[in-house]
Amino acid sequence: MTSMTEQNDIAAQQHDETNEHHHYAPKGIMRWLLTTNHKDIGTLYLIFAFTMFLVGGAMAMVIRAELFQPGLQLVDPNFFNQMTTVHGLIMVFGAVMPAFTGLANWMIPMMIGAPDMALPRMNNWSFWILPFAFAILLGSLFMEGGGPAFGWTFYAPLSTTYSSDSTALFVFSVHIMGISSIMGAINVIVTIVNLRAPDMSWMKLPLFVWTWLITAFLLIAVMPVLAGVVTMVLTDKYFGTSFFDAAGGGDPVMFQHIFWFFGHPEVYIMILPSFGIVSAIIPAFARKPLFGYASMVYATASIAGLSFIVWAHHMFTTGMPLFGELFFMYCTMLIAVPTGVKVFNWVATMWRGAMTFEVPMLFALAFVVLFTIGGFSGLMLAITPVDFQYHDTYFVVAHFHYVLVTGAIFSIYAAAYYWLPKWTGHMFNEFWAKMHFWCSLVSVNVLFFPMHFLGLAGMPRRIPDYALQFADVNQIVSIGGFAFGLSQLLFVVVVVKAARGGEKAAAKPWEGAEGLEWTVPSPAPYHTFETPPAVK
Amino acid sequence: MSQQYQKYYVPAQSGWPIIGAVALFLIAVGAGTAVQQMNQGGGYGQWLLLAGATLLIIMLIGWFGNVIHESMTGLYSEQMDRSFRQGMSWFIFSEVMFFAAFFGALFYARMLAVPWLGGADNNEMTHALLWPEFSAHWPLVSMPDGGETQAMGWHGLPLYNTIILLISSVTLHLAHVSLEQGKRTALTAWLFLTIVLGIAFLFLQVEEYVHAYVEMGLTLDAGIYGNTFFLLTGFHGMHVTLGTIILIVLFGRVLKGHFTGDQHFAFMAGSWYWHFVDVVWLCLFVFVYVI
Ligand code: HEM
Ligand SMILES: [Cu+2]
Repeated sequence: MTSMTEQNDIAAQQHDETNEHHHYAPKGIMRWLLTTNHKDIGTLYLIFAFTMFLVGGAMAMVIRAELFQPGLQLVDPNFFNQMTTVHGLIMVFGAVMPAFTGLANWMIPMMIGAPDMALPRMNNWSFWILPFAFAILLGSLFMEGGGPAFGWTFYAPLSTTYSSDSTALFVFSVHIMGISSIMGAINVIVTIVNLRAPDMSWMKLPLFVWTWLITAFLLIAVMPVLAGVVTMVLTDKYFGTSFFDAAGGGDPVMFQHIFWFFGHPEVYIMILPSFGIVSAIIPAFARKPLFGYASMVYATASIAGLSFIVWAHHMFTTGMPLFGELFFMYCTMLIAVPTGVKVFNWVATMWRGAMTFEVPMLFALAFVVLFTIGGFSGLMLAITPVDFQYHDTYFVVAHFHYVLVTGAIFSIYAAAYYWLPKWTGHMFNEFWAKMHFWCSLVSVNVLFFPMHFLGLAGMPRRIPDYALQFADVNQIVSIGGFAFGLSQLLFVVVVVKAARGGEKAAAKPWEGAEGLEWTVPSPAPYHTFETPPAVK
Repeated sequence: MSQQYQKYYVPAQSGWPIIGAVALFLIAVGAGTAVQQMNQGGGYGQWLLLAGATLLIIMLIGWFGNVIHESMTGLYSEQMDRSFRQGMSWFIFSEVMFFAAFFGALFYARMLAVPWLGGADNNEMTHALLWPEFSAHWPLVSMPDGGETQAMGWHGLPLYNTIILLISSVTLHLAHVSLEQGKRTALTAWLFLTIVLGIAFLFLQVEEYVHAYVEMGLTLDAGIYGNTFFLLTGFHGMHVTLGTIILIVLFGRVLKGHFTGDQHFAFMAGSWYWHFVDVVWLCLFVFVYVI
């Protein structure tokens, strides 16, 4: 076995042989403002996403502090509503989605042997409009009457008749987020379709690339619908239209249909890339090829297809015609089939594998178990008659936090630990990373698992006060929440340490890892694959 | 991929995107505040909006200027051209979905919301308790709350506009064919004609709006019929405006001798866009005006 430095030298040498020598990287702030480099832009996305995660997390701390006891103590109800709303918006559009886009930027060109993203200048634009969009959204909190307080789903008439003056700013900031996502998605698709190394055939694509391709398609299909529906909110509120007002022949339920036509594919946008990440990490640490590669691809595609015809499972209690209730119930349940295929394949990959439990693998394993819990509670919610009980309770909150926090966020952590050596050139501190994992794992379950019971017992969501019988469980939940929030700071420690120094990482620091990204040195040079590599 | 690999051009740093980001920021803040200040008369919002729009135009000129320069100096490979084409197709797909949201609203209101308010299916109580006087019909010219308006017929202006846009699609196609065959004079003529037709369409559209507002009482806030009518035709009109501007820019470039028979991505993209806008109009004509 070659030593690590030797391995890196060989990779560097091979790299130099096939690439021209202009590995200069511009310096200073201008490097980041003007960059067209996919790695720089990936880094920007990731840093931005994590910053937003902390901001959104701080709002969650406010929410949990208020809910620590029954009664109103810390914040007034209107501010509480702004916190839940902006927390949701930030986590969805500011943390999870940009983090995935950052990973896509960093990894997709390296995984398919491309020199960069297909449209590098547009790539810069997609990123830099995001901080502005969130500056507007956060700024609106400080305006007279406050910011958005109608939930991240901005149902009419809460967002029209009853919303604060600053709603127009919310609308335009969502427009910018949409533009950013659409441009990012176009870039991803074109890169994958057009810039693969000559021998990288479709069925050789790493699953992260496949899942992102399908995610990008979903993004281009539904972000414009979101833009459409916020525009109708804008005209209803400010220009006298009555799209969502029955007095003029419209219908507030119509808002929900259009919103969830975007919204349900959106939740898959936030989980499909996770599937790709986990499908890369589990084989690497089980030292076995992924079980059922082709079925993974087809399962992803069918989940994406089905996601367009299940939206009204969010609206079972709105009084839809019976046919609608049944149709959306059965279609939703159907999604469990391809999802089940995936979970089965991950488990089968580990079956009799030579497993080791480095930090990326720990997060990936936690993902498999906990995401599955979220999937099961989703199935329960999909049963129309029982959803009448669960709807708008803490059970729903538990469900989507299992799929989003222990699903999407855990997979993002898994990816970050998996590729951190490639990004920084250093191994991270194993001890603190494990601390981060175990603290998060325990606290996240203390935080979200009891919410299931709160919901089943009837505690409504989006409420600053509650009946006395929920007090004890809420206290436990809040303690879990504070612990989870604090644990995330450990991640900052690990990343900063790894960026500053530490043990040098080999070109391929994980023994069982596969893929082109491991053939370039660590840290990856500023430009990789200016001429395409050979693919086995 | 079986084809031969070509060296892919990765542009060095560029200042235009960050300028564009600032421009969008100004537009969003400007539009957001202008809308809020609308009823108070005046305010700084509109000026921010104007500044943002100006900056965006400067950015577009600069950015496209760079791209055109790179393209003219032969930096672009066939692979690069494919990236552009695919990018443009997906952009148009996103536009299709944007219009789909508004068409969805139109269909939902017309097939479900309005009939239900009139008591259809099992909604008798809704009808009886909310607006018992209301009777459902489409176009919705008497609203549940008692508002009245008139429906726009499809004869006259809308029909002329349909014919104009259809012809403009043909003339643009002929311009494209002429370009590919290297007939520059024919290209210039057909393209010019297309632009004239585009402007004529916009002119008649304004005429129609004035007629609707002044004589018919059909306004943006005139119930769900007026809402869908103006949002759909309005967004379409904005797209025709943009398309016409694109065609004018292309016309300028043609006069300067840009584009060759086999290298003319920008022309291609502009013409795709125009055909797309045309198809949207056809759907509009059928679903908003005729049926
Ligand atoms: C097996 C797959 C899944 C099923 C069957 C399912 C089902 C459902 C149902 C029926 C609801 C509506 C509950 C209600 O409001 O009464 C819901 C809510 C939700 N789900 Fe899922 N889900 C699944 C997976 C996911 C995934 C993968 C995500 C995101 C990564 C997700 C995110 C959400 C969110 C955010 C909400 C709440 C939306 C809101 O009202 O604010 N779900 N799910
Ligand atoms: Cu859903």
